Formats: sequence, C-alpha cells, structure tokens
Amino acid sequence: MNRDKWLISGPPLFYLVVFFVIPTLIMVIASFRYAGEYGGLAPVLLHDANGTHLNLTLESYQEYFSDFIYTRLFIKTLVYALITTFFCLVFAYPLALMIARSEKKRRDLLVLLVILPFWSNFLIRIYAWMIILGPQSAFTVALNGFLGLFGMNPVRLLFTPFAVVVCLIYVQLPFMVLPLYANLEKHDPALLDAAQDLGANGWQRFWRVTFPLSLPGIYAGVALVFVPVLGIFAVPDILGGTKGIMIGNLIKQEFLEARDWPFGSALSIILTLGAMAIVGGAALFARRRDV
Amino acid sequence: MSRKILAASGIAVYVFLYLPLLIVVAYSFNNSKLNAEWVGFTWHWYKVLLEDDAMLKAAGNSLFIALTASAVSTILGTMAGYALYRYKLKLLPVLVMAPLAIPEILVGVSLLIFYVSINLTLGLGSIILSHIAFCVGFVAIVVRSRLSGMDESLPEAARDLGATPWVAFRLVTLPLIMPGIIAGALLAFTLSIDDFVITFFTAGVGASTLPLQIYSMIKIAVTPEVNAISTLLMLVTLFIIVVASRISPDSIRGK
Repeated sequence: MNRDKWLISGPPLFYLVVFFVIPTLIMVIASFRYAGEYGGLAPVLLHDANGTHLNLTLESYQEYFSDFIYTRLFIKTLVYALITTFFCLVFAYPLALMIARSEKKRRDLLVLLVILPFWSNFLIRIYAWMIILGPQSAFTVALNGFLGLFGMNPVRLLFTPFAVVVCLIYVQLPFMVLPLYANLEKHDPALLDAAQDLGANGWQRFWRVTFPLSLPGIYAGVALVFVPVLGIFAVPDILGGTKGIMIGNLIKQEFLEARDWPFGSALSIILTLGAMAIVGGAALFARRRDV
Repeated sequence: MSRKILAASGIAVYVFLYLPLLIVVAYSFNNSKLNAEWVGFTWHWYKVLLEDDAMLKAAGNSLFIALTASAVSTILGTMAGYALYRYKLKLLPVLVMAPLAIPEILVGVSLLIFYVSINLTLGLGSIILSHIAFCVGFVAIVVRSRLSGMDESLPEAARDLGATPWVAFRLVTLPLIMPGIIAGALLAFTLSIDDFVITFFTAGVGASTLPLQIYSMIKIAVTPEVNAISTLLMLVTLFIIVVASRISPDSIRGK
C-alpha cells in the first residue's frame, strides 16, 4: 500500500522538485549573490589567501530599497492590476449571470464560447489590440474624429498605459467569468422566488441574495485575475511604450539585457512576496467577513 | 436585474471577446500591407508565410516540443492526478498547483538560472523540460476531476471479484478515466504550443518557436504575415479544443 503510494506519486513529485522547487531555491540564493563579470552570476564560494568563504551579499535588496523608482514601479504595477481586476469583475458579472440563468442545455456552449478566445495564442490577443489601437485603425480614427468635434486634440492610443490596461482586461476576463459562473450556477432559484414572495424587487433580490452568495466566486476570480497580472511583461512590452512598463519588464530587462541576474532575482522574490502578502491578506479579510 | 439588460450586456462582452480576434483573421486576407483599412481579398500573406523558412522551422520546433512535452506530462500528470485522488498527500498537491498559481515570469527566470547553473545548453531540450513542468499540473487537475466523478464501487467490485490492484486499475479505472487523460493530453499540447513567457526565458539563442517568431516579428513591424500565422494557429487550437471538449463533457455526464 505504502509502496504503491510512492510508486505513483514519486515520479511526478520528483519531476516537480527538480524543475520547480530546486530552480526556485536557486533563484532565492541567486538574489544574494554577486553578478558575474560578464553577466550571469559570480561564484558562491570565494577562494583567497584567507581560505574559502561565502561570497554572498544583500546588495540587490539594498539597490531595490535605495531608489524609490523601483517601489514606484511596483505600485504602478499594483494599480494596473487593480484596475484590470475591477473592470474584469464589472464585465464578467453580467455575462456569468446571464450564462447561469440561461437554459441548462445551452450553458455548456456559452461557457465554451468564453473559454475559446482564451485558447488563442497570448501574443495573438496582444497583437489584435496593436491593430485596433494603431494610429490608422478605424477605432482610433473614429475616436479622434469625435474628439475633434469638441475641438480636442487627437490622442494616441497605442504605446500608452491605456493600451496596456485594455489588453490586460481582455486577456484576463475569462479567468473572472469562469469562477463566477461556477458559483452562480449553484444558486438555488427558490431563494430568489422566496425573496420575491417577501416583496423584494429585482434590485434588492440581486444585492441581498445573489451578490452576497456569489462572494466566494468573486474572491476566486479576483485572485485568478490579479496575481498573474503582477508578473505580466509581454503586454506592456508590446503595447506599453516607455510609459506603460510594469515590474515584469524590469525583471525581463535584468535577465536578458542588463544581465544583472542577482537584481533580477531579488525583484522576482520581492514580487512573489508582495503578491503572497496581498493575496494572503485578502483571503484573511474575506474569511473574517464570512464568519 | 432585468433579463434584457442582462442579455444585452452579456452579448456585448462576447463581442468584446471575439471582435479583436476576428479583426486579426479578416486582415490576414487583406490586400494591403497596413492593418488599417480593407482593400480587397488576397491569399498573398499565406503564400509569404509558406516561403518564410524561419517561420516554418519555428513551426516544426513548436510541433516537436508540444508532442514531446504533452506525451511526458500526460504520463506524469495522470500519475499525479491519481495519487491526489487516491492518497492523502501533503507535498504533491502544493507542487502540482504552485507552478500554475505563481506568475509565469518567475517560473521562466528561475528555470533559466537553473539551466545555466547546471550547464545545460539552452535550446529545444530546455524548452521541453520546462513545458513538462507546467503541463503536469493541468493534466493532473483534469484527471483528478474525472476520477472524482467516477463510481468508486466499480474498481472495488473488480477487487472483490479477485482482481489485483493493478488489474483493477488497468481494466476498470483506466478505461473509465481515459476521456480525462485524453482531454488532459490535448490541453497540455495546446498549452505547450502556445506558451510564450516560459519559452522566452528558456529558449536561448538557437531555438525558435512559433510564439517567439511572432513576438520578434511584431516587435519590429506589423505585417499581415503575422495575421496569417495567427489565423492558422487559432484554427489548430480551435480544432484541438473542440475535440477535447467533445471528449470531456461526455466524461462529465459519466457515460
């Protein structure tokens, strides 16, 4: 019995330890190392006249906290993630509710229609917004024509923070719809009937029955949307120009262009800890409210 | 909430989800270098694509990576899914979920440091190893959910009738969860062929994949050739996902 358990769970466990746990630990250590002369990492052990000693430093973390520019970038990333999460919730809720209240046999299809665009390549979805928000696109031309009616200057949409946030909402939306739908679908319609019998109007039925019951779905959706946004770099890289960059772009830069791996690792760890603190804090808050 | 408002806003969100992709597809047939206005129908960009050696090589790489990574991760993921269902484990559930829960960029950079630390040359091999790492979890989740929908008395009955645990698994449990395994394999295949972020960090300079090729093209200039490859890639993904969902809802209904 015990042998079977190890035979079955052993191989995947081994693989994930080697290709997930160990790399993560190596990254943690890397954040305390010195950068190598030609990029990469300097050796952990240093041999000199006094013997062998550890060659570790807090420099990368000191660098992060010595210049507010990094914290500001982190806060900016958080703000983008919050805006994205908010709009995903606003767009996803009616859709999830509509699907949950449609006929049973049509629901699977409607859910599949939400998931389908999510399966198209990530870059294609970003590229689509490059086209839509481009300076000569029908959308941009129409918008600027409209603004011109009121004597306003034409605006540029592509390579701005606006483009980044719109695309983030677009790529993250399904992650909000699915947990919301999974929750809303389970609601007992009798509850709404009861509320109606007791004299609640549509608005009250929504805010006092449906919405409170859907809170677990909302929390799940918020977590699923919010956390991945923190680490995204492709969207700002392609659509953001210089003003729209996020913390992910800086990490990418440190690894592939500046080649300061210790600092890149430190940024990654600060990002992870920050995300964990936020999600953990939110979960605690949610639990306390539910009790 | 009024039904009509609900339906209208729901449809509006569907339009928001699909319109950008439809625009990409439409412009792949547009007889103009600019993705700005409709000029006329052409197959030109698909012909350009077929003569683009770098793109074809990248497509070959992507296919090879996706086939290998999905095969291995299906085996490991099925084992993991079964282990999660069958045993009370502490570490495995965390390790299965963690790569899916943390930002992809972190998985990418930590694997990059890891490969360089062990002196592994970056290329197809490192990409495949990385893809397996994030696909295992997805397969495990699909298989596990299929298992929890299974009637547990069936393998028990087989055991009562004298089957060894292995025979009961092979002849009863395995056929019952097969749709979940196939759906998991297809899922892993699409995840692998579409992955950009982790591939970006673990590819090195030598190997390119379709997403990497698309990335380098759109960083330089917008060309409808990208629309054409995007359209083809979407068709492939669409086909696989429709097949997977054909297999999987059936499994949900327990037939």
